Amino acid sequence: MTQSNERKLTIARSMAEALAQEMRRDEKVFVMGEDLAALGGVYGNTRGLADEFGTDRIRDTPISETAFIGAAVGAAMDGMRPVVELMFVDFFGVCFDAIYNLMAKNIYFSGGSVKVPMVLMTSTGGGYSDAGQHSQCVYGTFAHLPGMKVVAPSNAYDAKGLMTAAIRDDSPVVYMYHKGLQGMGWLGTEEGAIVHTPEEDYTVPIGKAAIARKGTDVTIVSLGIGVHHALRAAETLAEGGVEAEVVDLRSLVPLDRDTIRESVAKTGRLIVVDEDYSSYGVAAEVIATVVENEITNLKAPPKRVAYPDVPIPFARVMEQFCLPNAQKIVAAYKELQTA
Amino acid sequence: MKNTTLPQLYQEMRRVRTFEERVGELFVRGQSAGSMLHLSIGEESAAVGVCARMRDGDTFTTHHRGHGIFLARGADPDRMMAEIAGKDTGYCHGKGGSMHIADMGLGHLGANAIVGGGIPAVVGAGLSARHQKSGAVSVAFFGDGATGQGILYESMNMAALWKLPVMFVCINNQYGMGTRIDQATANPDLHERAAAFGLAARTVDGLEVEDVVEAATDLMEQARGGTPAFLAIDCYRFYGHARKDKSPYREELEEEEGRKKDPVLQAREKLLTTGLMDTAELDALDDEIAREMDAAIDFAIAGEEPQMQSMFRDVYAPTEPEPEPVRTRLDRILAQG
Ligand SMILES: Cc1ncc(C[n+]2csc(CCOP(=O)(O)OP(=O)(O)O)c2C)c(N)n1
Ligand SMILES: [Mg+2]
Repeated sequence: MTQSNERKLTIARSMAEALAQEMRRDEKVFVMGEDLAALGGVYGNTRGLADEFGTDRIRDTPISETAFIGAAVGAAMDGMRPVVELMFVDFFGVCFDAIYNLMAKNIYFSGGSVKVPMVLMTSTGGGYSDAGQHSQCVYGTFAHLPGMKVVAPSNAYDAKGLMTAAIRDDSPVVYMYHKGLQGMGWLGTEEGAIVHTPEEDYTVPIGKAAIARKGTDVTIVSLGIGVHHALRAAETLAEGGVEAEVVDLRSLVPLDRDTIRESVAKTGRLIVVDEDYSSYGVAAEVIATVVENEITNLKAPPKRVAYPDVPIPFARVMEQFCLPNAQKIVAAYKELQTA
Repeated sequence: MKNTTLPQLYQEMRRVRTFEERVGELFVRGQSAGSMLHLSIGEESAAVGVCARMRDGDTFTTHHRGHGIFLARGADPDRMMAEIAGKDTGYCHGKGGSMHIADMGLGHLGANAIVGGGIPAVVGAGLSARHQKSGAVSVAFFGDGATGQGILYESMNMAALWKLPVMFVCINNQYGMGTRIDQATANPDLHERAAAFGLAARTVDGLEVEDVVEAATDLMEQARGGTPAFLAIDCYRFYGHARKDKSPYREELEEEEGRKKDPVLQAREKLLTTGLMDTAELDALDDEIAREMDAAIDFAIAGEEPQMQSMFRDVYAPTEPEPEPVRTRLDRILAQG
């Protein structure tokens, strides 16, 4: 258990620490993207790193995502370990070819003769009125395509361990961090994401979910900021004597299907919380994972609490209305009961 | 031609400046819905100088720093401010906001928050204008940062290849977020790239709005005649990238110098020295504009919030019946509160 004298970090700080430690350990690691050096990254992921490593290894790029992500693929194939930042995941539109036709497929096309050890880190999520080109999660879009691993941490401990694991991985890893968890004041602060983070380097295995809260009555599966909504909902439910188990996916690809199934086998009820668009996404995949395997476990049809299938509106009232939150999860549980 | 005397150009630039100052106030007062507001203070001559040469029926797209351009194309400041405040009374009923404002009535094909994202649309609008023989020009406004995107070069080549009535306007405020242009671009003579594609291309200093008008007149004429054009306008981004950015990556001294390049004050000085207007007249004009923009703030604040149900409208064209599942989902979300 966390002791009071243990060091706590924000996700932004823990990401920066993982990058720094891996850069010290392996000089093939370098970071490239927009406004990483002088600014330290819009979300603080590279703050202070240019001072230690110089602007060759913390490299600012022009606003040329296709070219610098494509360049990272080439560098990775040629023996480097690049980490590139796509500032907002929404911008994948301009550079997806470099991502899914180049980064994600070259190992396969080569019949395994090349490695593509690179990390694409990118911010996700809304809730701060930045409208429909700056607020999406699009987890499902990335997780749908084979050839890249996808991780999404919910707290600083996992953020550091997953970053370290991603950098050491020989396959491309998409590292999706939620803006609302970064611990940047202007985006609001999620205290639950600021947790004990060891100083030494360590890895969190890619492809392994975590049980964020143990329970017996309903399984709530989520990722990123949704885990914190789920934990809050679980507290509310506990007041009424309902013990929710919260599964933090941590990785979308590979997906830890066993942990999901084991939990639902125990609780018999499933709610998936996903800030991505509702249809064709993570929520659907998690539900399919359960029902394809064994349907008699379920005491009620599964539920998804996700973003409705509309582009994200600018106006605060409309956006807030659509976002998943603890209240909606509790309401979904009530529906499960009456079902 | 309308709006091309110096007093008129000054008036339009002052309107843009005051509007942007009020947007900043809206933000500080917590009345703006958005957390990313990009002000065009210091860039007024670009918006006003080019738009002075646009006609009814011309179309355009802008980047994320486009308030001034839309205003200079005749936008209603009330409805703009309301949109920036995320109100139902805004141009897009709160769905688009500062970075996605659009209005076909005024030829605004849309602001775009993806760097370079709005550029290719003017190639299509140029094709359409020629096909429909409308005589219109379509103008893409974007920042220097967009010159990093391949889409600009693809678009310029197509415009030149097909001899389209299209103009590309690059507002070079020297920065893309915290990155100065010389750190992002090997050859800062941006018009040379356009010339290489066969466009009529120039760079102009934005300090004197009349210089911008002169360059725009020349290039817009060529574009209308089927020689697409490119105009880079040099200026300085007076403040941070967005409202929250305090520009830690640049020296205060540089900012002080940069802000001397003020097209609004420059025009005002010139009006005084040439005797076209005196101080009293200028002050009266400024006051009138301040009242106009104060009224826009009041309008925005008084506006209704959007109705929740409207969120599910406009995903598809208004001619489309609302699909049943959307209604069901709405009911469910409403039930969840
Ligand atoms: C494709 C894409 N990449 C990155 C961004 C993040 N971003 C927003 S504005 C901006 C700088 C743009 O600079 P410039 O085009 O010069 O416009 P300015 O802000 O100076 O008006 C960046 C990098 C984005 N919106 N879209
Ligand atoms: Mg710029």
